[in-house]
Amino acid sequence: MFDFLFDYAVLRLIWWVLLGVLLIGFAVTDGFDMGVGALLPFVARTDVERRVAINTIGPVWEGNQVWFILGGGAIFAAWPALYALSFSGFYLAMFLVLAAMILRPVGFKYRSKRPEARWRRNWDIALFVGGAVPALIFGVAVGNTLQGVPFHFTNDLRPIYEGTLFGLLNPLALYCGLVSLAMIAMHGAAWLAFKAEGPVADRAAKFGAKLGLATAVLFALGWILVAFGLLGGYEVVGTQAVAGPSNPLLKDVVVAPQAWLANYAVHPLLIVVPLLGIAGPLLAALGFATRRDGATFVASALGVVGIVSTVGISMFPVILPSSTNPAQSLTVFDASSSESTLRIMLIATVIFLPIILAYTSWVYKVLWGRVREEDVEAPGSAAY
Amino acid sequence: MVDPLLVELSRLQFALTAMYHFLFVPLTLGLSVLVAMMETVYVMTRRKIWRDMTKFWGLLFGINFALGVATGLTMEFQFGMNWAFYSHYVGDIFGAPLAIEGLMAFFLEATLVGLFFFGWTRLKPVTHMAVTWFMALGTNFSALWILIANGWMQNPVGASFNPDTMRMEVTDFFAVLFNPVAQAKFVHTVAAGYTMGAVFVLAISAWYILKNRHVELAKRSFAIASAFGLAASLSVVVLGDESGYALTEHQKMKLAAIEAMWQTEEAPASFTLFGVPDMATRSTEHAIHIPWAMGLIGTRSLDTKMPGIEDLVDRAKTRIRDGLVAYDALEAIKSDRSDQAARATFERTKADLGYALLLKQYVEDPRTANDDEIDRAAWSTVPGVLPLFSSFRIMVLLGFAMIALFAVSLFYTMREARAPRWLFRLAFLALPAPWIAVELGWLVAEFGRQPWIIEGVLPTFLATSELGVVDLLVTIAGFTLLYGGLAVIEVMLMVRAVKKGPDQVIDDPSALLPGTGTSVEGYRPFATPAE
Repeated sequence: MFDFLFDYAVLRLIWWVLLGVLLIGFAVTDGFDMGVGALLPFVARTDVERRVAINTIGPVWEGNQVWFILGGGAIFAAWPALYALSFSGFYLAMFLVLAAMILRPVGFKYRSKRPEARWRRNWDIALFVGGAVPALIFGVAVGNTLQGVPFHFTNDLRPIYEGTLFGLLNPLALYCGLVSLAMIAMHGAAWLAFKAEGPVADRAAKFGAKLGLATAVLFALGWILVAFGLLGGYEVVGTQAVAGPSNPLLKDVVVAPQAWLANYAVHPLLIVVPLLGIAGPLLAALGFATRRDGATFVASALGVVGIVSTVGISMFPVILPSSTNPAQSLTVFDASSSESTLRIMLIATVIFLPIILAYTSWVYKVLWGRVREEDVEAPGSAAY
Repeated sequence: MVDPLLVELSRLQFALTAMYHFLFVPLTLGLSVLVAMMETVYVMTRRKIWRDMTKFWGLLFGINFALGVATGLTMEFQFGMNWAFYSHYVGDIFGAPLAIEGLMAFFLEATLVGLFFFGWTRLKPVTHMAVTWFMALGTNFSALWILIANGWMQNPVGASFNPDTMRMEVTDFFAVLFNPVAQAKFVHTVAAGYTMGAVFVLAISAWYILKNRHVELAKRSFAIASAFGLAASLSVVVLGDESGYALTEHQKMKLAAIEAMWQTEEAPASFTLFGVPDMATRSTEHAIHIPWAMGLIGTRSLDTKMPGIEDLVDRAKTRIRDGLVAYDALEAIKSDRSDQAARATFERTKADLGYALLLKQYVEDPRTANDDEIDRAAWSTVPGVLPLFSSFRIMVLLGFAMIALFAVSLFYTMREARAPRWLFRLAFLALPAPWIAVELGWLVAEFGRQPWIIEGVLPTFLATSELGVVDLLVTIAGFTLLYGGLAVIEVMLMVRAVKKGPDQVIDDPSALLPGTGTSVEGYRPFATPAE
């Protein structure tokens, strides 16, 4: 009955979907944590307000961040060539992401350990950097991925990256960074409107309405760029063996402007996904304006799902195109782990992912309800 | 060929970030279990003081936990950042335990840690205790999977090289899972973490007792730490991971280097208590030997011979020559993928391919190496003898000292006698001991693994990313600044929290029970606090 699971090509497809699931899990959960960090200086002015904002995510950000760590581990296990190439290629950008994200755990934990205003202000800056910088850089990385990244392999399959940090920071990639930043900030605003109380929630809703509109417009602009062939486009030439060895030197890929639209021509129904990426933020903007906070958060999350999924679906089967040696681009069918590893990892995921979702939901249920000013001001309270 | 400076810098960065991460992780392991035990006593005895203890040590646990998590982020990604060829070459095997660690362990630990701190007023005491235990369980599972990954680097079982994908691929996942080296490492490392947690609690409690502050809380903490610490520190020694050293060729080399055992001795080998090993003359001066001891430690027997360094180098020479056959066959496969004769030869000899790769530090094509280069490559399989020899001895010495400290502390606790002040002073001074011991242990295990990144499979110098030296200098400087700053802040907050004492968490409107040390009527462990 589960025979299809023993097919290498199907396993690769499943792991391509799971890669998407992990990235979406990260963007939807840790996304609002980063968004709250990025909005912190704007939506919360007094110390108590800032503590209210921080404590909306205080008990959950740690679990949310594991989506990022698990994403790293799963890419390592299921797509080792992608893991090797992307993180060594985006080396200094990755360092900035790590440095910014390292500030978050300590920022949350240490901020309220001392009463001095200067101490707290410094940690507020750290939390802002920890939210805004990764949100921007992840978008820049996606922008570079869409355009193609300069790399090749030697015949030992040693990955060699030929670009520089400044090459990554090109205008189109920075534009993708803005999409990502707007999306993450919108999502953070949706969380704050839903979970905070008083002025923090009100200001978040005000910002959120603008951010929802900005996200929808910026994302739609991306379609125009792709249609004009400005944001990459690569296609596999001929038929690639779908169950062959994971060796990126055995097929041919060419640069083809507008190729990122090809999948929608073949399967028109897929257009629903990018439309969700536009409709979600628009509905969220409406929700912010009318203060239906629960629905706003759901709309914002659906927008995030639509935007992240659009990138994957548009590029399929390419995962990481090479701009200097297109034939050596990584695809779903030549950059995965071995069949056994994919199967073992699938079994582990099928067992543990539902358990994770179960206890995570339970934790959110226990913590249900808005964070009030008196909660964080109570003497001896555990609040950050 | 990869720039040797780049290799050295990549190694330096890994050592810095991993050893820094390892300052926090063992304490997380130990404190999570100790805190769960304290909370269990609270739920069972209904005594509020145990709840205070749970909260106070939990506060210190949290300060430490934040940095463990923060520095763990770097660990998950820097294989790809700095070790791209390694990641491609062994990701098929090495990546899986890292991913399963996330799925099975770290998610549990990180999701529940929030409830540990924020759930006191929202959960029934029993539910909160379960949260604490599952958090501790997650921490321990985390160590298990990381050490399965690390154990595979030391003893790469269940995998073989696939010439079609030019990388190692898994052949037997259960062999990777039940790798004896990984199992030995897991038990040893976790027990070391428990020991660190116990010394931490013991030392701070001793300080309170000396200062005559929070004595009720400190005495109980001292008692539980001495009992738990004695069991843990004995386990570290009895279940020491040198038991795994006799298993593989390079583990034998590591053991021989730890012992500075240049020539093979008749079984059972003696243990060199002290000496000055000299790599140049290949001898150990001023050596003091203890007969039989090494044979017992290394082989757990009286009649198994332990090979010395020179014999192991000779064996490496043979494997390099066999490896050259595999290397030649692989080159033939690369130029003609349908060459069946070359494939057959490769299958026969591929176990030694890694040894031929050692020659790449001297020549681009190992097949052109001369006898002198083969000789040097074989000698390059000997890790630095002096650092291993001395690190191991200091680690073991500290281990025994901690056992003695716990034993004396437990003795006074059991007799309910007033312990002498020198004992508390000693306990306080012992605070740095577990950190020195675990860092030296890390050094013995990983520096001792050199020149291999994966023993016998891939030399370290081939495994790096193709980065510029400037990239590495930027990130080393960046991590040093960031980590340095955070270390200062962490220690400052820790000292501050200890000085302020338990009052900061006890004075709490959500506290269920008035008074200390007495059980209170009306206490209901299965009721939510709001009821």
